[in-house]
Amino acid sequence: MKRLLFASPVLISLIFGGFFLWGLDPERDPSAIPSVLISRPAPEFSLPEVAGTGVPGFSRGDLESNPEPVVVNVFASWCVPCRAEHAVLTRMVEEDGVRLFGINYQDEPEDAARWLAELGNPYERIGSDLEGRVALEWGLTGVPETFIVGGDGTVLYKYVGPVVGETAIREFTTALEQARREGTS
Amino acid sequence: MITRLILIFMLAFAPMSAAFAVEPDEMLDDPVLEARARDVSRQLRCVVCQNQDIDSSNAGIARDMRLLVRERLVAGDTNDEVLEFMVARYGNFVLLRPPFNSQTYLLWFAPLALALAAGGIGISVIWQVRRKNAHPDDLTAAEDAAIQALLDADAEDEPQS
Repeated sequence: MKRLLFASPVLISLIFGGFFLWGLDPERDPSAIPSVLISRPAPEFSLPEVAGTGVPGFSRGDLESNPEPVVVNVFASWCVPCRAEHAVLTRMVEEDGVRLFGINYQDEPEDAARWLAELGNPYERIGSDLEGRVALEWGLTGVPETFIVGGDGTVLYKYVGPVVGETAIREFTTALEQARREGTS
Repeated sequence: MITRLILIFMLAFAPMSAAFAVEPDEMLDDPVLEARARDVSRQLRCVVCQNQDIDSSNAGIARDMRLLVRERLVAGDTNDEVLEFMVARYGNFVLLRPPFNSQTYLLWFAPLALALAAGGIGISVIWQVRRKNAHPDDLTAAEDAAIQALLDADAEDEPQS
């Protein structure tokens, strides 16, 4: 009993030290929001095409029976980081054969069409979420956000913020490779 | 003088800034439903400006969430059903008040458990010290028994002397 009492300061400082170590970890993002969507089926939705882009809109049904994972990217012409991310996504589509769907978030169709005409359109399908209502179904916290949806329509991964820069791209491609491996096995 | 003026200004507008987030075009015509919408909105966390409820947040997504809350209420949901609807999409994180379930027992009970443990240790330490100070020269039970044995032996010897 007494020995336990003497050991308690050490024990308490160890517990606190562990807590501080966890709190000071630079890898930890305290404002990160865990997504409830991961490993659950994609939400029910149906989005019309963005006029002037020449690619069709899509609904949940289009995500359900694909031979490989699909990347769903939420973007807008008014979103500045999306511009930087656009180049990364285009490269993924052209070099790695990624299938890319877009959700055009709270964007006027003319603006979106002009933006894509200027930068090029890597999207296979683009749904227009003018009201931002469908984005809430996806648990959106900001633009851009990028999801990896498995061939059966299960949401496998979510990246918050632009997939720009070495670390982000590595993290994202690792998740995508893993999704592809799981899809084929 | 100027600082006082600034202070007066800030205090005068402070309560208004919170009420400004909900814009007139969002509000429902039915005052009862609108009051419920405000009540539900105050329990939901804005996912952009975390630690602020959506009722007082000016963020675009907070506005969308407010509209969604009203849409659900008009569709006939109860307040709890609206909260569940949001939790299904954003997780427990979206609730400003953590729910009471098996995942959060640690969160809810830890303060009480820690307080009890600290109190228990404190009381036992004080109690031990007090007992020691009250009777510093107390003999142990074995020593008491030995003395008693000697006294008894003495008493038996007495008549002979």
